[in-house]
Amino acid sequence: MSNSRAFVQAHDLAKTFDVSVPWLNRVIERRPRQLLNAVDGVSFEIEKGKTLALVGESGCGKSTVARLLVGLYEPTRGGLTFDGQDAHAAFKTPEGRKLRRRIQMIFQDPYASLNPRWIVEDIVGEPLKEHGIITDSAQLKQRVGELLKSVGLSPLDMVKYPHQFSGGQRQRISIARALATEPEFLVCDEPTSALDVSVQAQVLNIMKDLQQKQGLTYLFISHNLAVVRHVSDEVGVMYLGRLVELAPKQALFATPQHPYTRMLLDAIPKMHDTGRQRTPVSGEVPNPLNPPTGCTFHPRCQHANDRCKSQRPQLLELRGVKIACHAVEEGRI
Amino acid sequence: MSLLEVKNLVVEFPNRRGTLRALDDISFAIAPGEILGVVGESGAGKSLTGAAIIGLLEPPGRVAGGQILLEGQRVDNLPYEQMRHIRGRKIGAIFQDPLTSLNPLYSIGRQLTETIQTHLPVSYEEARKRAIGLLEDTGIPAAAERIDHYPHQFSGGMRQRVVIALALAAEPKLIVADEPTTALDVSIQAQIITLLKRICKDRGAAVMLITHDMGVIAETCDRVAVMYAGRIAEIGPVHEVINQPAHPYTEGLMAAIPDITVDRERLNQIDGAMPRLNAIPAGCAYNPRCTKTFDRCKVDRPDLMAAGATRAACWLHESGGVR
Repeated sequence: MSNSRAFVQAHDLAKTFDVSVPWLNRVIERRPRQLLNAVDGVSFEIEKGKTLALVGESGCGKSTVARLLVGLYEPTRGGLTFDGQDAHAAFKTPEGRKLRRRIQMIFQDPYASLNPRWIVEDIVGEPLKEHGIITDSAQLKQRVGELLKSVGLSPLDMVKYPHQFSGGQRQRISIARALATEPEFLVCDEPTSALDVSVQAQVLNIMKDLQQKQGLTYLFISHNLAVVRHVSDEVGVMYLGRLVELAPKQALFATPQHPYTRMLLDAIPKMHDTGRQRTPVSGEVPNPLNPPTGCTFHPRCQHANDRCKSQRPQLLELRGVKIACHAVEEGRI
Repeated sequence: MSLLEVKNLVVEFPNRRGTLRALDDISFAIAPGEILGVVGESGAGKSLTGAAIIGLLEPPGRVAGGQILLEGQRVDNLPYEQMRHIRGRKIGAIFQDPLTSLNPLYSIGRQLTETIQTHLPVSYEEARKRAIGLLEDTGIPAAAERIDHYPHQFSGGMRQRVVIALALAAEPKLIVADEPTTALDVSIQAQIITLLKRICKDRGAAVMLITHDMGVIAETCDRVAVMYAGRIAEIGPVHEVINQPAHPYTEGLMAAIPDITVDRERLNQIDGAMPRLNAIPAGCAYNPRCTKTFDRCKVDRPDLMAAGATRAACWLHESGGVR
C-alpha cells in the first residue's frame, strides 16, 4: 500500500538488543547468548502535517521506535524513508547533519533533558550554533527570543536556569529547543506524562497550535489513550515489539478490532460513567526475553485457538484498518 | 459515626526564613466502608494529608493545629511507640512504588508473617497460613509456592498485590493508599482498582485513595476531595463533583483532562501554575488564575460552604446561590 504522499515511512523496522550475561559467565555457566527483540518488524507511514500516535504498555517497544526514527539507534533490520530519502544511510554521511536538522525529538522528563548548569539561551541556542545556522550572538539572542515566544514563554526568560521554571515551562523550553533548527518532523516520546493535567493541557495546546502554524509532522508516543485521542490522526497499538493494530483515530476508538486494543480501551478508567462494571482484565505482558509462540497476545486472549498459538499473524488490511489477528481475519470476532 | 475524622488540620514546615504552611485547615471525614478520593496537582498537599494521618510526616514537618480522630480517639498527638501499634493494626498504608515498599532481602512470606505476628497474637504457623490466605485474596496465583519468593521475582503488578496484602495483614479499619496505581500499566491498574474495591467491600474497610488520575477516582470512589495549594477546594459525591463542579478550579481541571469518550479540538487550559507555599496569594489561593474572580476573592479566604450537591471553598456560593 505504498503511498507516494507519505512523508515518513518506516518499513519493517527492527531492533534487537544483546542482553547476554558477560562472556566469562557464558563460558563457565554454558549459557547461550540472549537477544531481546525490542522492536520486531514495524511498518507505518505518516503524511506530511499529520500525527501518528503509538500506544502500548511499558516494554512494548514504543520508545525504541522513537529512538530508531531520530537515529539514536541503528536498526537491526528494515529502514526509514524520510521525504523520499533513506534516513539511516544518510545519517552516516556528512550530508546527514542536514537531515538531522529536519528531525528532532522531545523527551519525556523535562527535569532530566535540560542541562541544569546552562541558561535557557544556551540550551535553546545550542542546536543553532551546532548546525552553524546562526553564528552572530545578537542574531542568536533574537532568534532564541522568538522561539521562546512561540512556545508561550517570554524572551526575558533567556537568562534563567532550568530550576527556575516549573515542569510545564521546562517542557516548553525543550519544545523551543527542538524547534530551533526548524524541523519538519518531531518525535515526541511521552511529552506530557511527567506533567500535571492543567499543565499537560497547556503543552498539548501549544503542540497543536505549532502543528497548524508550521505544518509539523508528529510521531507521538504515549501510554495515555485519552491524550492520544486528543492529538492524533492515526493510532498504532503496539504489543511486545509489534504493531497489532494501525487505524485512523475515529475507527480505532469507535470500533476497536484487535482483542488487545479492546482490552486496553476497556481497562482505562473513564470519567463519565461512574459505577460501570469493568470487563475483567487478565494477565500481564509476558517477558519479552521469552515471548509466547504464535500471536504473542494469545495467553491473554479469550478468542485464541490453535492457529493463534502456533502461527504469527501478519499486519493485514482488514475491515478498513490494518490489523494482526487471526480471529479478525477469520471473522471469529 | 465516622471512622476517621480530620478537623482543621494544619501542617507546617518551619525553616530558617519562617514557617511554610503546607496544609491549611483541612477537614473531612470517612465513614466505615467508604472510599474517599483525594485529587490535586503535584504540590497540592494530598500526599502530606495521607502522611499526617498515618503519622509519618517527615521532620521538620509537624502537625501545628487541628485534630485527627480515628474511631473517636485522637491519634495525631500519640507518642511514637503507641502510634507504631496503631499503624499497621488500625491503619494500613499502600504507597506508589511497590518495589521500595518491600524489603528486597526478605522473602515476602517473612515480611507478611512478621507483620501479622507484630500485630496479632498468633503462632508462626497460623501467621503463615494467614499470609497465604492474604496472597490468595489479592489474586496471586500459586500463593503457597510464591510465598517464599523474594520481591524481585515478582512483576510490578504482582508486587503491588503483595503490598496490598501487607497493608491488610492486621485487618486494619482504614487503608491510606497513596497513588497505588500510578507506577502501573493500564491493564494492571484496572486489576488493582478492582481488587481494592472488592477488598474494601468484603472487609468493610474505609479507604482514602490519593491520586492525580480523575478516571481512577470516578471509577473507584464514593466521595472526592479536590485539593489546591494546601486546602480543600471542593468536596462531595464523586458524580456531582465531576459533572457539576461548583468550584472554578474543579471546573477548569475537569475541562483540562482529555476524555477518551469525547473529541475536543482544544483542551481548556488554566493559565499559570499553582503558587509556591511561600507565595500563596491573599484571599482565595486560586484567585490569580480564576476567570470569575471578584473583589472579595482577593481579600477574604473562603471556607467550605454548601454549593449545590457538593461543598466548595468559593465566594460564588455564599448564601447558597451562584452570583
